[in-house]
Formats: sequence, structure tokens, C-alpha cells
Amino acid sequence: MARKAKKAKSKKKTAGKAGNSGRKTAARVVSIAGARKARDLAFMGWRRNNGRVGVRNHVLILPLDDLSNAAAEAVANNIKGTLAIPHSYGRLQFGEDLELFFRTLIGTGSNPNVAAVVVIGIEPGWAGRVADGIAKTGKPVKAFAIEQNGDIQTIAAASRQAKEYLQWASELKREECGPRDLWVSVKCGESDTTSGLASNPTVGNFIDKMDVLGATTCFGETSEITGAEMVCATRGKTKAIGNRFLKTFQAYMDEVIEPYKTDDLSESQPTKGNIEGGLTTIEEKAFGNLEKIGKKTKYVDVLDPAETPKKGPGLYFMDTSSAAAECVTLQAAAGFVVHLFPTGQGNIIGNPIEPVIKLSANPRTVRTMPEHVDLDVSGILRREMNLDQAGDKLIDITIRTCNGRLTAAETLGHREFVLTKLYRSA
Amino acid sequence: MAAPHFIVHDTTDSVGVVVVEGIKKGQTLTGWVMATDDTVKLACLDAIPIGHKIALASMKKGDTVLKYGHDIGKVVKPIKKGGHVHIHNLKTKRW
Repeated sequence: MARKAKKAKSKKKTAGKAGNSGRKTAARVVSIAGARKARDLAFMGWRRNNGRVGVRNHVLILPLDDLSNAAAEAVANNIKGTLAIPHSYGRLQFGEDLELFFRTLIGTGSNPNVAAVVVIGIEPGWAGRVADGIAKTGKPVKAFAIEQNGDIQTIAAASRQAKEYLQWASELKREECGPRDLWVSVKCGESDTTSGLASNPTVGNFIDKMDVLGATTCFGETSEITGAEMVCATRGKTKAIGNRFLKTFQAYMDEVIEPYKTDDLSESQPTKGNIEGGLTTIEEKAFGNLEKIGKKTKYVDVLDPAETPKKGPGLYFMDTSSAAAECVTLQAAAGFVVHLFPTGQGNIIGNPIEPVIKLSANPRTVRTMPEHVDLDVSGILRREMNLDQAGDKLIDITIRTCNGRLTAAETLGHREFVLTKLYRSA
Repeated sequence: MAAPHFIVHDTTDSVGVVVVEGIKKGQTLTGWVMATDDTVKLACLDAIPIGHKIALASMKKGDTVLKYGHDIGKVVKPIKKGGHVHIHNLKTKRW
């Protein structure tokens, strides 16, 4: 990909950001709203060998399968600052389900927020397949197998490698990057009516503003568009793209809902939490959900779960579960580096490699669980701020997160890594 | 303008959303119509929790309820203007 080299316009502007006073931040926000110049949105990122930019610098200890979780966690315990991401699958999967499994693991290791990867599997074949996939990005990766070594020897060897990677990664330099380097995913959770009124349209405002600056963005949640699917289809950049969305939506209805539904999905869609928050029907939830993609932005492609965008900058729809952790895990595996997560009743999700920024417009949620909320936009409901101002605040906190500010979910240790499984194993 | 008690997305909507806590039965509420920036007044018939919907007009069984200007389901029990609209009187048409 011939990425245009940034103009070496070294206007020194990045120093001392952490010490910004509120007043200074406000001035910067106004400048975004006014000029919306790309240089106002500069951040310091790690540019990887494949050209993609990360905003975190993890050394990942990636278990291939459930059996290797213990060894992976032992390595992460030995080498402080590495990150193990245990999960429940990787055995006896086959066909499309196995393809998705490999795509998710390889994609997770390939994410630019990851500097280097140690893969540990029960046997060398599949562990090597994952390592080979990750190696295509040009980043350091090595696979270890437990059979014929045992846990203890494997942990020792993998720990030595992890230590080397960690020290190497700790010296990687950051460089100034811009909106075209930024890949942002969005998904809402524990939604209520305040989500549709304020926090989701705030994300939509972000998407509309960042789309014209060349950011790459992604929404998903196939099931939660039910009732608004025809409106969503009109948001495809061309009629053909809109039709591809409808095909994906219909496949979900035919393959997942029809065979398994009882008489009524109420309480699953919407969830009990949604209902407590005032959402009554799936249609109401769907129209609120769709507020996240803004008013003008059109999606340029329809992606399979965990599939990396290939059509350049723009908004993408990805076929995903609507469960928060599954959806964000798939988006992170596709290469997205920051996530925007509006919540009404207070979903507390995080992701091990992709920082999840949480915003809420529900004053009760902001009051009762403030440690989970990165951005309070409840002022919209009191007419104290409008969507344009809220969108600028969201851009501001996103850039701060890219520059290293830890999200609420990161400080609280939320690392939900949840693989999507399509059907039972062999 | 003071903070509204409830918000309406679109001029065609048949419901608004209560956005403050502690609304009591019989209270006169102020609403904000986002699409037009209009202010409306409505007497509230129920204690409606934050986030829950209030009926902007009386509706009978089988009527379609509109929000965001779109169909969000059907009335399954008659609703009075100013009443609480939720799972007891509104249901999806999908399942």
C-alpha cells in the first residue's frame, strides 16, 4: 500500500500534552470544530513494519488452545509487562469455524497494538500456523509446543523469549501520526434510551467528522440492526454494497434465528438490562444503535467476522455477534486500534489489546458507576451541550487515549477476549 | 432553556423519553423536540423511570408506535396520553 509519507511539517506541538489544563483542552476542541485540520489530530503512535500504526505496545503471550492457557499465564507471570490472553477454544474445530478461529488468533497477534508475540500450543502444527500468519506483518513472533517438553520446560523457554521481546519492544520509538493512521471500531452495550438519544449520536458525530479526514472505522452487531435493516441498507456507498449487507443480515436470520428461536426473543433482544433502561422492542433498539454511524457516512464494504478491511479508509460493516466482548474481539482481530463504546445502563467491557473508551449519557450510570466512564455526555440531555460539542469531546479523548491515556477499562483490568464459535466441534 | 423532563426525537413520534429521575404521577412535564427545537408540555399519568417512554397521544390496540420517525412496534393494550409506554403495552412486530 503506497501510504503517503507524512509531510515532514515538524510543527512541534506534541510536547507537554499530558499537562494540558482544562482551558487549553477546550481551546483545542474548538479548533477541531472550527478548522477540523488533520494536524490538530496528531498523536504519537508506533508504526509497525507493515505500515500500520498502533497506540499500545503489547508483548502478547497467545495460547493456541484452552490447554495452553496455564503455560501462557505462567509466562506472563514470569515476565512482568507481557500480556497473556487465555480463551476457551482451539481444539477439534473444523471448516468455516476453524477458519474464523485462525483468522481471529492471527489477526489478534497481527494487530498493530501488539509489538511481538509468543504463541504456545499443545502441539507444534497449529501453533506454527498461527505464528506464520502473524509473521507476515514483519513483527517478531515465535511458537512453542508443550508435547514432548511439558509445561515447565515450555514455560522456561517461552519466558526467555518473552523477556527478549519485551526489552526490545520497550525501546521502540513512537512517531507523529494522523487521522489516516487511525482505525477506530464502535459498538454499544447495555443500551437504553439515552444511548439512542445522546451517546450513540455522539459516536455518529465522531464518525462523520473522522470519515472525511481519512480514518478507517467499523460497526457491526448484525442482530441488533433487526427492524432497521432496510434503513441500514441505504447507508451502503452503492446499492450493491447495501445489498451485500442485506444478504449478510438475511443469512444471520436464516441460519441463527430461525432454527433456534422459540416463540419470542424478547428479554434476549432487547436484553433484560435494555428493558430496565426503557427500551421495549428490538426495532427501537436497532434505530438507536444505527445512530452510531452518523448522519452522512456511508459504509464502503461488508466484512466477514475478523476480516481486515482492504478498500482503504472509510466506514466498514462487519458481520458480528452483538455480545460486547465477542464483537470487540473480532474488530480488534481485524486490526482496529481504538474502540468507542457508548453505554446506557453501564456495560463494563474492555479488551486486552484494543483500548475501549466508554461514554454514557445516562446521569444515573455516570453517578453510580463513574469509575467505568471515560466521557460523560449526559449534558446533552440537559441541553447543556449539543452533539457537535459532544463529538469534539469524544475526538479529544480518543486522541488522548492514542497518546497513552489509560481508559477506565484498562485501569480496572478488563481484558475480555472472547472468541466467536460458529458451531459445535468435531 | 431549562433542562427538559423528556425528549422527543422526531415530529412524527408518538412517544418521548423521560431523561430525569424521580418523575411523579400527575406532574406537568416539559419536553424538548430535538428535530425542531420546540418545547412541549404534557401531564404525566404515571411515575415513569428515567429512560422510559411517555405517550404523546392516546393510542388504541393495534396502533403502530413511532420513534426516530420509524415503526418500533404495536400497541397491545390501550395507552392514554401521558401514560408509561413499555413492555406491558407495546410489543415488537418481529418476534
